[in-house]
Amino acid sequence: MIVVDWLQRLGRNALFFLQRLGRATVFLLQVLAGIPTIIMQPRLLLWELYSVGVLSLAIIGISGLAVGMVLGLQMYTTLVDFGAAQSLGPVVALSLVRELGPVLTALLYSGRAGSALTAEIGLMKATDQLSVMEMMAVDPLCRVVAPRFLAGVVSVPLLAAIFSAVGILGAYFVGVGLLGVDAGAFWSQMQAKVDLHADVYNGLIKSAVFGLVATWIAVFEGYDAVPTTEGVSRATTRTVVHTAFAILGLDFVLTALMFGGI
Amino acid sequence: MMNVRAMEIGVGIFVAAGLAALLMLAMRVSNVSDFSEGQGYTLTARFDNIGGLKVRSPVRIGGVRIGRVTAISYDERAYQAVVTMAIQNKYDRLPTDTHASIYTAGLLGEQYIGLEPGGAEKYLANGGEIKQTQSALVLEQLIGQFLFSKASEGAKK
Repeated sequence: MIVVDWLQRLGRNALFFLQRLGRATVFLLQVLAGIPTIIMQPRLLLWELYSVGVLSLAIIGISGLAVGMVLGLQMYTTLVDFGAAQSLGPVVALSLVRELGPVLTALLYSGRAGSALTAEIGLMKATDQLSVMEMMAVDPLCRVVAPRFLAGVVSVPLLAAIFSAVGILGAYFVGVGLLGVDAGAFWSQMQAKVDLHADVYNGLIKSAVFGLVATWIAVFEGYDAVPTTEGVSRATTRTVVHTAFAILGLDFVLTALMFGGI
Repeated sequence: MMNVRAMEIGVGIFVAAGLAALLMLAMRVSNVSDFSEGQGYTLTARFDNIGGLKVRSPVRIGGVRIGRVTAISYDERAYQAVVTMAIQNKYDRLPTDTHASIYTAGLLGEQYIGLEPGGAEKYLANGGEIKQTQSALVLEQLIGQFLFSKASEGAKK
């Protein structure tokens, strides 16, 4: 009997998951349909780009610098044992551009901006602002959700590029400035090893996918939240947790597709 | 609420910083002048043993990188490895009797193809084949030969 009960619970959860996924997909299509209207009125984007992108600059910059400096220090202590300290540049640049930049940016973004998006939209729903808009014949998907979505999708690749660039500068500061790696070797080895198409562009594609997924989860959780205080708080938590799962899982798939063959 | 001008400046700084970071990744971190695969002309060469050569390994002439390995396959009839490489278009004066060898950068470094130009009047064209090749030096074979010769020296005495 316990097994049957367990199976029933599993089936119910699976159906619930599929139902949510279906709703999220329909929601995404509706939001995408609202994007042309937003592009015609870039004013709506301004505030969202400011709150999602500009206000995330500080945390992205500081985290990028810290990650780059730590990476430089750790890689140096390992590489110097093999007399390969010259390879510090390519090691740091490749790990930042391919993996750490896109992934950490998406995770930080979901904590800094995604949770705020969920809470904002969830509270709009809880305080009936969305219903009021509908009554005034304003489509809340088009007016509220689409600009936030577009701002997130545009911001994340830019933030990831800033993260990687600042991280490489941090590693340069530690490696060349403090530990005495040759500056010429640092840059020239990096340029020889990092490929514009295979590494930089693929990293950008990755961060664009992550930005889309992270923002999608954030706005959907907000829009789908139970319109109570507790419901909004749970939706905010779910945003951060689900985004982390989605990003880390997707990262493996994308890495296998992009770099698996090499 | 903040005034629109300050917000616009903020967004402007954000977008400019993002683009600057992208530009740095493109120009400073990766080598933008490096040609991408598909451009340039291709040459093939057959080796008995390519050692640790990989796709995207560099092709050098006189130490200068002029191209990349784009494909490696195995010819079952000739029992040889066929290496296809893309050479930048500006380096189109490789004589037909150019010699290709597989070298290692440093003792344990990556392997690359080194070309040495010959003296022929004609130049290799797109799809041409480098006839004279020298296989990679496999360290195990070398050590094996060394031990073998040492052992035979010992036997003579």
